Amino acid sequence: MTIVLNEPLSQVSLLFVSAAMAFIALALVLFSLQLSKLLGQTPEERAKLSNIEKIGFIVTAVGTVVLGIGVVLRGVAAGRVPWANMYEFSISSALLILLVYLTSLKIKDVRFIATFVTGFVLVTLFAAVSLFYVEVKTLMPALQSYWLVIHVVVAILATSFFAIAAGLHIAYLVKSSNFAKRLMELFPALEQLERLAYRFNVVGFVLWSFTLIAGAIWAERAWHRYWGWDTKEVWTFIIWTLYAGYLHAMATRGWNGKRAAWLGLVAFLAIIFNFTIVNQFFKGLHVYSGL
Amino acid sequence: MASNLFSRLIFWPRWFWRQLTSMRTALFLLLLLAIAAVPGSVYPQRSADPNGVRIFFDNNPDIAEVMDDFQLFDVYTSVWFSSIYILLFVSLVGCVFPRTKVHFEALRTQPVQTPQNLKRMPVFQKAQGQAGYLEAALEVLKSKHYKVAMHQDSVSAEKGYIKETGNLVFHFSLIGVLIAVGVGGGLSFSGQRVLVVGDSFVNNLASYDSFSPGPFFDEAQLEPFSVRLDDFQVLYDLQNPNNLGQPIDFIASVTSEGKSSEVRVNYPLEAPGASIYLTGNGFAPVITVFDGEGNVAFSGPSVFLPQDSNMTSLGVIKVPDALPKQVGIIAFFYPTAEQLESGAYTSIYPDPIDPLMTMNVYSGDLGLDEGVPKNVFALDTENLEVVASRDGPNDPIQLRIGETVELPNQLGKVRFDGLLRFASLDVAYNPGGIWVLLFALLALFSMGLSLMTPRRRIWVRRNKDGTIELAALARSDDPRLEEVLVEIRTVIESKVGSK
Ligand code: HEM
Repeated sequence: MTIVLNEPLSQVSLLFVSAAMAFIALALVLFSLQLSKLLGQTPEERAKLSNIEKIGFIVTAVGTVVLGIGVVLRGVAAGRVPWANMYEFSISSALLILLVYLTSLKIKDVRFIATFVTGFVLVTLFAAVSLFYVEVKTLMPALQSYWLVIHVVVAILATSFFAIAAGLHIAYLVKSSNFAKRLMELFPALEQLERLAYRFNVVGFVLWSFTLIAGAIWAERAWHRYWGWDTKEVWTFIIWTLYAGYLHAMATRGWNGKRAAWLGLVAFLAIIFNFTIVNQFFKGLHVYSGL
Repeated sequence: MASNLFSRLIFWPRWFWRQLTSMRTALFLLLLLAIAAVPGSVYPQRSADPNGVRIFFDNNPDIAEVMDDFQLFDVYTSVWFSSIYILLFVSLVGCVFPRTKVHFEALRTQPVQTPQNLKRMPVFQKAQGQAGYLEAALEVLKSKHYKVAMHQDSVSAEKGYIKETGNLVFHFSLIGVLIAVGVGGGLSFSGQRVLVVGDSFVNNLASYDSFSPGPFFDEAQLEPFSVRLDDFQVLYDLQNPNNLGQPIDFIASVTSEGKSSEVRVNYPLEAPGASIYLTGNGFAPVITVFDGEGNVAFSGPSVFLPQDSNMTSLGVIKVPDALPKQVGIIAFFYPTAEQLESGAYTSIYPDPIDPLMTMNVYSGDLGLDEGVPKNVFALDTENLEVVASRDGPNDPIQLRIGETVELPNQLGKVRFDGLLRFASLDVAYNPGGIWVLLFALLALFSMGLSLMTPRRRIWVRRNKDGTIELAALARSDDPRLEEVLVEIRTVIESKVGSK
């Protein structure tokens, strides 16, 4: 039962992904304009949702839909879930970050990190399209498992929450260092930034714990042991431990605030490192980067 | 004097214990553990990649020795890595037991006394005094599942004990995970066996090619089942041009205890007391060697190790019984052969479409009688005479299926009888696995519960002048605290008002 691969369709998908990049880039410009405009305003004027910001979010939403189409088409072209190599992982992550961000706007006012989120998504998509693109391929038998679907999709979701928390950590650190004072006045109070970051990290951590467990179950099925300190397993563990450290820091007097923010940021860097450097340069069983 | 000495003697252990079980230490040890795990992903580890370690030693003999002294090739069983996590868990135990005691007491006793100064609480409100306010507050809080206590002129209430319960269960589950990993690992075993199609093996120590038992493993654990490899199929992509030759599926058809079934990657076979996994495959060409006197000196399938993704395979055939001289052969098998410009061959497709075998032939003393175990996949050619090879006196032997070719120097003949496949099977058993999973899921669930439920305290007091004060305090991050107090207040006041 061979899957029929459809590379031309994948090229169409690539077109959608590129179009989404254009939308997200435009949104980034709008959000930056908005920030510079806010700089010259009084607090009362700032409270209102300006037109620029509104358009920015509409453009972001359109970009998200376009990206969504691109990701789905890639899945159709490959005849399976679109998250089995670095290119697919990147575009799916970008999509989920946008979705998580737009959804959380409904729950919390996190408008102020729109520049960070769109900027991060743009970099991710750029790396995907220019560095990681590969033609559609079938999966090697070790990857043909519904655990791939569960394990990886939850990992991506966790990463999305961690990414937004990382943006909040950066805002916290910049603000608390008194750098760019006037700009940072536009951001919420330090305490609120800290709490928001904590919320996102907590959700991310629960999801990451699930990723770790699902990965172990899958490893037991595919490689006869649930844990073997394979390179990717090591890094999943390291990331988990760093975030557990972050949660403890938040509960330890004298360790919340700046230190916890640094810790959260380091943990997120470990995620990026895991995805880029470890995937490509470290040896291990998880050789599916597809590059 | 004596008591002084005594208090001094216990001072240090106590101080040490208090330090060890402090949150700061837990944090420090967690970060240390994360850092200590890094080298194991940078350097090859004996457990996961023994071959990588060997290559590292060959390339950097001097540093490798030193690194080995620091257990950098066995990071996860090293003294230093183990010390960190053992300390962490000692700290965990020391931290969690006292907290469990405190928590049990908190569950049994009433909510804390109303503080003197409610104005200092994070959420504080004043209300009009009305008759029956406190009673209504008591009722409302109770109906919202708060644990309540009526004091002289105030109500105190607390909710969300499940937060601490979840947190404690989480930490206990981690201890469960660690114990299950340790005990399970001790009782576990895994063994590797290569089976050529048509062969069978019985689950006992003698029939494994390699076997790694845990420290508490007992040979009696091996249930005597047998497995026969009936057929082995590899499906390749023949349809998608840029995906040609990618394996789609590996299917080992086996018969075990009279039942036939399949073993595939990701789908192990459950055998009595163990699971059987498919971990590798390759070709086993069937070869017959006739010696110089015309006797059959060797006959049967030999396992060839795949060298690349197009299944160029390498095999060694040792024929110690050949007369007049012992014969050794290093053979290359190309499932779909193509000749390169240099004259050498390569395989361009992994399935046997145009199979070809080439052989380098050696004669002399194979050195098999010295009683030293020899690697069956390597031939030490140093003391052998080269009979045929690309830079030898004769060209390598070339054989297609069914062909027979004379060996030079009257050494005899070889015949390529046919082609079989082999499968590498891992037989593994780890009774801890299911417990690790259960404790891990318990940890996940209780952590979720703990992190998602807020713990709140609420107080309502009637002042001397008849006015009412309401206050709320959260024991952790709780963005809805104020909202919750307002909600409760509204319900209380509608209740009082309707009387
Ligand atoms: C194996 C080592 C440990 C790991 C992996 C770990 C992990 C965690 C995690 C993931 C949480 C947040 C989940 C929850 O609140 O239920 C947490 C919370 C907590 N841990 Fe640990 N922990 C460890 C050891 C310790 C030790 C040794 C202590 C005591 C010194 C400790 C004290 C606490 C406390 C007090 C909290 C609650 C923090 C809060 O209120 O937010 N933990 N731990």
